[in-house]
Amino acid sequence: MIPQRKPIVEIRGLKTQFIMREGTVTALDGIDLTIYENESLGIVGETGCGKSMTAFSILRLVPSPGKITAGSIRFKGVELRKLTEDEMRSIRGRLISMIFQDPSTSLDPVFTIGFQLGEVISLHQQIYDQNVLKKKTLDMLKLVRIAAPQTVIKQYPHELSGGMKQRVMIALALSCNPSLLIADEPTTALDVTIQAQVLRLLKDLVNKTGSSMMLITHNLGIVAETCDRVCIMYAGRIVEVAPTLELFERPQHPYTKGLLAAFPKLGEQKEELSVIRGTVPNLMKPFPGCSFVDRCDFANEVCRRTRPAMIEVFPGHLVSCHMYRGGGESAAVR
Amino acid sequence: MSRLPSDDSSVAGGSKFLIQTIDLKKLFPVKKGVFGKTVAHVHAVDGVSLSIRRGETLGLVGESGCGKTTFGRAVLRLTQPTGGKILFEGKDITNLPADGLRKLRKKLQIVFQDPYSSLDPRMTVEKIVGEGFAIHGPPSSASKNKKFAESERIHQLIEQVGLSHDHLSRLPHEFSGGQKQRIALARALALEPDFIVLDEPTSALDVSVQAQALNLLKKLQGKYGLTYLFISHDLSVVAHMSDRIAVMYLGKIIELAPTWEFLNNSKHPYTQALIASIPIPDPKLKKERKGIEGEVPSPINPPKGCRFHPRCGFAKPDCQKVEPRLVDIGNGHFVACHLWSYSVPLEQH
Repeated sequence: MIPQRKPIVEIRGLKTQFIMREGTVTALDGIDLTIYENESLGIVGETGCGKSMTAFSILRLVPSPGKITAGSIRFKGVELRKLTEDEMRSIRGRLISMIFQDPSTSLDPVFTIGFQLGEVISLHQQIYDQNVLKKKTLDMLKLVRIAAPQTVIKQYPHELSGGMKQRVMIALALSCNPSLLIADEPTTALDVTIQAQVLRLLKDLVNKTGSSMMLITHNLGIVAETCDRVCIMYAGRIVEVAPTLELFERPQHPYTKGLLAAFPKLGEQKEELSVIRGTVPNLMKPFPGCSFVDRCDFANEVCRRTRPAMIEVFPGHLVSCHMYRGGGESAAVR
Repeated sequence: MSRLPSDDSSVAGGSKFLIQTIDLKKLFPVKKGVFGKTVAHVHAVDGVSLSIRRGETLGLVGESGCGKTTFGRAVLRLTQPTGGKILFEGKDITNLPADGLRKLRKKLQIVFQDPYSSLDPRMTVEKIVGEGFAIHGPPSSASKNKKFAESERIHQLIEQVGLSHDHLSRLPHEFSGGQKQRIALARALALEPDFIVLDEPTSALDVSVQAQALNLLKKLQGKYGLTYLFISHDLSVVAHMSDRIAVMYLGKIIELAPTWEFLNNSKHPYTQALIASIPIPDPKLKKERKGIEGEVPSPINPPKGCRFHPRCGFAKPDCQKVEPRLVDIGNGHFVACHLWSYSVPLEQH
């Protein structure tokens, strides 16, 4: 742990809800999260746990009918929830940028790569000289290791492969030297061999530019290789946050343990994989206690009634589970 | 012509191999112009010979577009192969006419990748699972009443895949992805098949649900002696499930080996890169992933010689000219790479 790092994003008590006729879905149920400077934080969880919603909430891009209903998001000390739409727009892309899962739907099919990249650079950096712009665009493409930038600049998205498109997306996202890069499942749509290339590239670039990265994924393997800290989410809540090595060495929350065990490991000959029984709860029903209670082997009456607070069990290792009220690992052995 | 070595099994009644393909090919025409003139072909499956033993799980891995799904479909004749042969229990089924094929379909089933699109949204679970009985007749049962026998079997199936009886009257949209995949599996099992093609059965599922589904597949295999062809891009899942693993690259099998041998003693540079590319959930093993550079070339015009040579770190001049054959290097391990097949002089190819 590096003590006293400067936080770049501080989220406190954030609640994002979808208010609909059928009922209210609480996508984020009061989460607290801090992202520090120069770190890459992994957000891990299963479908619908709110990991993408956290990203959308930071950017204030929660799709309708979703709304941020409570809490605060401070970016470099500025409360994002109080900014006007115009002020927010100057932050998006320039200070906080995002890479989406599917590169083929995030590029406009009717414009060339050069035009799309140039547009972003020109808008955010106020460069209007075409020659300078072209040079900058080429530099960006070279940075993401595209083999023939001179050709790619004139091509349309459909002419590129998935891996190439994702590189272009990374170039787009990094073109303005953002302080925070949010990558939402950046390699899920890619093949493993390409995945490795893209992740390596992303990691190198983030290190080089000194930005922070929030990497959203469901793959614990990717987190282990890329991130400094990990945050595990479950049903709209954060259940555990820890430095990567720490989390893999001594996971505390029953859900984290289950998740780690359910992941098939290469070369490990097991007849049966361990499973987490049951399924994810319905987010329309509010739960007063712990959200994991129905699938947890250690659940008791307290878990059903009261929501567990975040407890720091080891330095920098937070867990939200009633088993650790006494603190430390000793309490877990029951 | 001399008999192929694989012909032996047909003489012996096909006891060892359930499914065999011999030089199976599937080309898709690329059409252009007003008259739809065929200008080229996509070599989706380009001469694949695989034998699947009764009761085993053969894993098939490869990147998207390598032809693994097309191979799975061609084996079941869901798409008519362009060339080569498919043998089921030693019988050639490559050109079996429609009515003969329909009878055979009972024994050959498939579970698709996307449970959201493979179930009819307007049919109840009971109808989905029981649909096969409408075509192939009711299940054999002690009871004389057809309806009763059917319903009994459906209840039994739904229980086996871990769902409850009150799920039967519901529609697919009421289920989660994992539950839908269970329904698809119950449907595949309804007619007591011998062979199931599992085409990325867990790719759409979350890790914890995936583990449940994989365990279920293993359990059912043990119970009914099923033979699986497990197609996936996820090597860790395939390694967990399979007895043997085959790697496909641009329509060709480039390596085939028993799982342990495959993981610990892989020979083909592509297989090694594939294994090295898998992210490992252990930060202490933060190995610098070697990986490979470049991307998969187009299957319309695959590279001459070894198809992997443009990306291969060990490529020699010969690799660009001569296509390596899949050779046996012992221990049931086959590899198609010149690095391992120099015992066959190159000039003779």
